[in-house]
Amino acid sequence: MSAPIPYAEAVAEFEPVIGMEVHVELGTESKIFCGCPTAFGAPPNTQVCPVCLGLPGSMPVMNAMAIESTIRIGLALNCSIAEWCRMARKNYFYPDMPKDYQVSQYDEPLCVDGYLDVTVPTDDGPMVVRVGIERVHLEEDTGKLTHAGGATGRIHGADYSLVDYNRAGIPLVEIVTKPVTGTGALAPEVARAYVTELRDIMRGLGVSDVKMEEGSLRCDANVSLNLPGAEWGTRSETKNVNSLRSVERAVRSEIERQAGVLKSGGRVVQETRHFHEDTGVTTPGRSKEHAEDYRYFPEPDLVPIAPAREWVEELRRGLPEQPSVHRARLAQAWGIGDFEMATLVNAGVLELVEASVAAGVAPDAARKWWAGEFTRIANESGVEPASLAVTPADIARVEELIASGALNDKLARQVFEGVIAGEGTPDEVVAARGLAVVSDDGALLSAIDEALAAQPDVAEKIRGGKVQAAGAIVGAVMKATRGQADAGKVRELLLERLGVSDS
Amino acid sequence: MSTPLERDLIRQSAATLAEAIAEGEVSAREVTQAHLDRIAEVDGDVHAFLHVDAEGALATADAVDASRAAGDALGPLAGVPLALKDILAMKGVPTTCGSKILEGWRPPYDATVVERLRAAGIPILGKTNMDEFAMGSSTEHSAYGPTRNPWDLDRIPGGSGGGSAAAIASFEAPLAIGTDTGGSIRQPAAVTGTVGVKPTYGGVSRYGLVALASSLDQAGPCTRTVMDAALLHAVIGGHDPRDSTSIPDPMPDVVAAAARADVRGMRIGLVRELTGEGYQAGVEQRFREAVEILEHLGAEVVEVSCPHFEYALGAYYLILPSECSSNLARFDGMRYGLRVGDDGNASVEEVMSLTREAGFGPEVKRRIMLGTYALYSGYYDAYYGQAQKVRTLIQRDFEAAFAQCDVLVSPTAPTTAFRIGEKVDDPLAMYLNDVATIPVNMAGNCAMSLPVGLAPEDGLPVGLQVMAPPMADDRLYLVGGALEGALRDRWGHLLIEEVPSL
Repeated sequence: MSAPIPYAEAVAEFEPVIGMEVHVELGTESKIFCGCPTAFGAPPNTQVCPVCLGLPGSMPVMNAMAIESTIRIGLALNCSIAEWCRMARKNYFYPDMPKDYQVSQYDEPLCVDGYLDVTVPTDDGPMVVRVGIERVHLEEDTGKLTHAGGATGRIHGADYSLVDYNRAGIPLVEIVTKPVTGTGALAPEVARAYVTELRDIMRGLGVSDVKMEEGSLRCDANVSLNLPGAEWGTRSETKNVNSLRSVERAVRSEIERQAGVLKSGGRVVQETRHFHEDTGVTTPGRSKEHAEDYRYFPEPDLVPIAPAREWVEELRRGLPEQPSVHRARLAQAWGIGDFEMATLVNAGVLELVEASVAAGVAPDAARKWWAGEFTRIANESGVEPASLAVTPADIARVEELIASGALNDKLARQVFEGVIAGEGTPDEVVAARGLAVVSDDGALLSAIDEALAAQPDVAEKIRGGKVQAAGAIVGAVMKATRGQADAGKVRELLLERLGVSDS
Repeated sequence: MSTPLERDLIRQSAATLAEAIAEGEVSAREVTQAHLDRIAEVDGDVHAFLHVDAEGALATADAVDASRAAGDALGPLAGVPLALKDILAMKGVPTTCGSKILEGWRPPYDATVVERLRAAGIPILGKTNMDEFAMGSSTEHSAYGPTRNPWDLDRIPGGSGGGSAAAIASFEAPLAIGTDTGGSIRQPAAVTGTVGVKPTYGGVSRYGLVALASSLDQAGPCTRTVMDAALLHAVIGGHDPRDSTSIPDPMPDVVAAAARADVRGMRIGLVRELTGEGYQAGVEQRFREAVEILEHLGAEVVEVSCPHFEYALGAYYLILPSECSSNLARFDGMRYGLRVGDDGNASVEEVMSLTREAGFGPEVKRRIMLGTYALYSGYYDAYYGQAQKVRTLIQRDFEAAFAQCDVLVSPTAPTTAFRIGEKVDDPLAMYLNDVATIPVNMAGNCAMSLPVGLAPEDGLPVGLQVMAPPMADDRLYLVGGALEGALRDRWGHLLIEEVPSL
């Protein structure tokens, strides 16, 4: 085994080619082929019937809303919509599949040949990358296996396995990109930007709740490396990439690993790999050197799908505003440029900022909190900003307290720290932690006197007119009051005390 | 020993029994009990049933009697008992498909056909024997032993629905449901001297019919008279939203057609490719005589050619195994039925493999392997793809023939019933039994087999097949009814009344 090589070195020598396969669970009321509900989190095997259990004799009936959603996704991704296509059976044995075949689409996908433009921030400003869409097709989800015992949590070595078929038959849309080339060192960010943009489109279409943590949006990242000018290398397929952050990390980690393999004269094996959120690296899974033959053939239990052109055009007319157009509108309203906007998008906080503004927070403040403090906290704890336990209403309340002078910026950070740690609402945290700005003049004046006494030379300078030296005294007072004073107020009192003025 | 009255009850047509029940001349319970008694008396020899549900059948009969007593209107077959092929899911009642792999499975739901039978007040006597998963033409491939032909207990009753046909022919039931993928209703009807109809594909819901080959399977009626078949066809047919291949248009009025029973002015096509070499002399002879009768009744008979029918058998044995290899994948021991080798150490793959090895019989394994091979990506175009092209050509042959004729006719099966054991080790000889019935399944048409006499050389029943275009099922009944009537006039009785007593 060769060691990975540092990222900068890897991308200096090799060119990455990436490709993404994204699975989106549609948010239809019922499953793809039966009337069972699709809600997440029900007790195992309570949302099942003869059809989604694949009992002998049962037959599928296509959910019309699943077709409609797939077509709308295809249209939003600038695809052509098939005039006639069929579902196909993908045959392989696995206990999470009730019928031991998956009803999917093979050589007749519903939507083909589209694209999606994504923007990534670079040192030279935002860069637009056009990601080609190979196909968008509809299929049924499988059940969910839980492996008990064994060290790996995988089927091999498990003592026994449990199957929950609630997920079996939930409509799933698979979106496959064409290979994305020429992104160089930006490949991981492009991958992330693509999945982010895709997620925003799904959300805008209202076809899925796209919660990566619940598996309603799942991403496989394909990566290969080649020397400049050479043929594309062998690709690996990284599964289990369950957050936007992981998309970027997984691609980066694969580039480092494959570069290490190639650099030491090794050969990249065609295989699936599993991404580990905790370590940020991938480990080998199933070899794809000898590709399994799925014996696809047209599903004889379902009639062909032939969406009428007028209907497709009607769906096209009903598409919501594209996220890029939506963002341009927001950027204008908030008075920010492309770069700032791209930063918000790639940090995965745009809709959080939007929600905060909607809750009454000033755009600048909302951006400052989400792109700064909250992104930092999320990164440190290895989670998505969206999963932090802070709401737009919390931000609005803290901003209100700042405006009234009850909190300053430093205290506000502490309030959010408490809110995120689950200590309660901003007001509860303020009360519990005693985080009020000290505005009692008497207490401040005595703190100022103490500071002046401790630094007589500085006091002398200020008296002599060097007003800028006041910062040292203000800092000492802030320190003495553990940040609970309003710095502006301290400065005002200090100058008054020494009988000098700012101007 | 049964009383004369009971003996009489079991020999009536379903239509007659329904009328007697509706008129209060006999109760549904009496009729049902008479058939249960008959089953108890003769099924040890015939072995038409895999499971008898006396309790359920009598409960339905009692409900019909109660409805009648309350003055409710009864459906046209209310109280007339029926034998159900063991390939249709019936809630709480064992459904094995003639296979060990499903031994002990009791479906938690009813097939649409079963729902409609229940709604019509038809007591279901039990589940009938069949070749395993409907693969065979003799019922010898049942994992539970063969069914015997009531005409000669040493001979096969046809297959795969030999149990349903034998139940009818031995007066264990006046009505039965069969399924027909390549002839499994019609060929048993032919060799047992009974009537069997394969409806238009999509005419009867497949929901709850355990699939052999989804694009070919169709459930239909097995009876002793053409009118009984029409009455049962009308009960089970019609659109079902749970089967997306079900035809939404209203089905033709088959009962009115059976009552009209008139071929005057019809053009009847004699398919040249479905006679001659390979057809037993006595079969040909009775078939020709029946065609003469049709001419005599006022039909115009012409010869037509369907040149691609000779490829039908070959194409069928690619499409059927391909679909069945996928349809039968789910029998893996994970969720229901047999599980073998789960000793706590074996992997899931090993348990699946051991279960399928132990649970499937040789014919099922043969077809699964054929289909698995035919679907491999490297062979797909050469096998499955080519077979689908042949299928299209067969459909075109039918279209061309039906442009000239209202119906087509042929012998149903090339021979009369053969001896048990005679062909069981020769798959190709077995497959040839369906040479005349397969084209209809490939095209999605409808067809009927009805008895036209006994072959002189062996004294066994011969069947004539009537074929009609999709959704023209009524034509089958016009022709079948007319021919049946003429033969009854000639013989003074139905052919089935010549069956030896058991």
